[in-house]
Amino acid sequence: MLEVLKRIARGGVLSEPLPTADEVRREQGRLQSSLLEVVGRALCIRHVDAGSCNGCELEIHALNNPYYNLEGAGIRFVASPRHADLLLVTGPVSVNMEEALRRTYDATPDPKLVVAVGDCGACGGVFGESYASLGSIAKVIPVDVTVPGCPPTPVAILQGILGATRKAPSRGRNP
Amino acid sequence: MAPASSAVKAVPLLANVRGRRLLAPEREQWSGMAESMKAGGAGLLALWGTDDRDRDGCFRIHAAYLLPDEVVLVEHALPAGSESYPGLGPLFPVAGRLQRSVADLLGLRAEGGDERGWLRHGGWPETFFPLRRDSPATARFARISAPYPFVAVSGDGVHEIPVGPVHAGTIEPGNFRFSVVGEKVLRLEERLGYTHKGVARRFEQLSQSEGQRLAARLSGDSAVAFSWAYCAALEAVTGVAVPPRAAALRALVLERERIANHLGDLGALGNDAGFAFGLAQFSRLKEDLLRANAQALGARYPFDFVVPGGVARDLPAGAPAALTTQLGALETAITELRRIYDDHPGLQDRFREAGRLERELAGTLGALGLAARASGLGRDLRVDQPWPPYDRLAPKLAVRTEGDVAARVQVRFDEVLESIRLCRLLLDGLPDGATGVEVPAAEPDRLGIGLIEGWRGPVLIALHAGPGGAIRRCHPHDPSCQNWPLLEFAILGNIVPDFPLINKSFNLSYSGQDG
Repeated sequence: MLEVLKRIARGGVLSEPLPTADEVRREQGRLQSSLLEVVGRALCIRHVDAGSCNGCELEIHALNNPYYNLEGAGIRFVASPRHADLLLVTGPVSVNMEEALRRTYDATPDPKLVVAVGDCGACGGVFGESYASLGSIAKVIPVDVTVPGCPPTPVAILQGILGATRKAPSRGRNP
Repeated sequence: MAPASSAVKAVPLLANVRGRRLLAPEREQWSGMAESMKAGGAGLLALWGTDDRDRDGCFRIHAAYLLPDEVVLVEHALPAGSESYPGLGPLFPVAGRLQRSVADLLGLRAEGGDERGWLRHGGWPETFFPLRRDSPATARFARISAPYPFVAVSGDGVHEIPVGPVHAGTIEPGNFRFSVVGEKVLRLEERLGYTHKGVARRFEQLSQSEGQRLAARLSGDSAVAFSWAYCAALEAVTGVAVPPRAAALRALVLERERIANHLGDLGALGNDAGFAFGLAQFSRLKEDLLRANAQALGARYPFDFVVPGGVARDLPAGAPAALTTQLGALETAITELRRIYDDHPGLQDRFREAGRLERELAGTLGALGLAARASGLGRDLRVDQPWPPYDRLAPKLAVRTEGDVAARVQVRFDEVLESIRLCRLLLDGLPDGATGVEVPAAEPDRLGIGLIEGWRGPVLIALHAGPGGAIRRCHPHDPSCQNWPLLEFAILGNIVPDFPLINKSFNLSYSGQDG
């Protein structure tokens, strides 16, 4: 236990100034006020992998590391779409995931936001459209913001979430 | 005696590792080769089919077997008009899902064994086979209802827990059906294929020079391994030798990919056992590594760093020294955290005995990579069949015998420290010279194999060249195909709440297996 405490103490507050830390913190500050305006409380995100290569997932994971400290900005990932305000969707939509994506969207209470993450989510990426891939997320559910990149950086994903909270939520729109 | 024309014929194998390529004209030879491979201690590494009806009216089935010192490719042309071949399931359990995938994509049926669809979930009709050359690339289908018959477990107090395909965490989609009594798992059946994106068909629409971009995105966490395997296959068919500096830089990014994934897993494993400190610490170290990647390699995740003929860019001036310094700090931190993990009774209580996979079962199931090494099967391509630059690095094998979560944690610790040593060696002795050479179009009909030990295990690319720089067929294989079935056994007798921890200790790729 002593070793653990020593390590924590020596590590200090990890969101120390780094090359991009100021930018991130500024984004987080804006995000918090934007959240309060739009949602009136903390933001709950449900991630849905609709067929991604798992590259985008790696960067979504990074949002929870001490540098980006997403929970510090009042944003957390939840286990059920029924608890979520925002769906963070990755991948080209595989034909095998289309129904699960639609049902996850339907299970998310209105008003809801959708952020499509990555080049694949934006346009199908390198996988394109085929018998097995439907291409972009917007082909299946309404999308408020797309975040290009392969994979997009955590800062870009954070900015996408911020952008979505500033837009009017897509209240039960049909695709 | 059989006539000479129907004897098994050996042709040279074009690959980055040692190997043989055997053509088995008769179905008995296909089965006989499988038996002799099994008897010789080989594992079935990959299985794929090709539609060669435009050439000689035949479909072909190809098997890649992995031995400690070589890879053996066996191919069998089905008689014209035939669409079935002798199944390999009784010899190699891993063949089951691979054969179901071949049936879904190419319509070739393995005789004997499970005939349920694997990759086809009702998204396209049973009569459409995407890898047949007469199947139009533009074909789209309305969804058909295709219920999947899970194997039912009956008995007093047995109930089922269906999980997925959308999971509770930030992970990929898959379906798990637990049959449990109380909280103990009696049976787990996986249903995968949800992220099937049709990559094999997609490869055929790309040129040989474009294929690397798709290869890097077969499983994002193994982007470097798959890029390298693709490039190695292409370089093998074109006879291109990569300059020493490029080979060293490729190994550097491959080892950094290994370090990044192991750091992520070590943190997540601590977290899944209720030790959030571990996640905070390791995710910080991983972020440090990724930021250094951005500085030195141009991207946090250098998906497109390994390109045909070499690497996409050289390190900027000063980068080797900066990377070496950071690796030193990383090593100190990991050594300290390892001591904390090892000495933490609560953590070790969760890790030990959880999700145990005995050596014998791991061998029977054909376990690969780090999961195999944690169950006492000491195989690592970098050690067994080192390709440049590993031939001059002498990597050390990390192996444990317990086969539980604790062993898979220890293998990760050993490997991450060894990778740091290899990175230092590479940075220290970085050869001068070019970072790439031109790769010409391959001669049509050549087949090349690229086999690279990624962080999860060996990844394979089999590249059949077409005319004018086209890809005739490209088959990727992720070691997750071998290791997903291990999880079904490792969970037996454990409690449901330990599943996330046991699952994470394997950390398998859905996208890589689904294709």
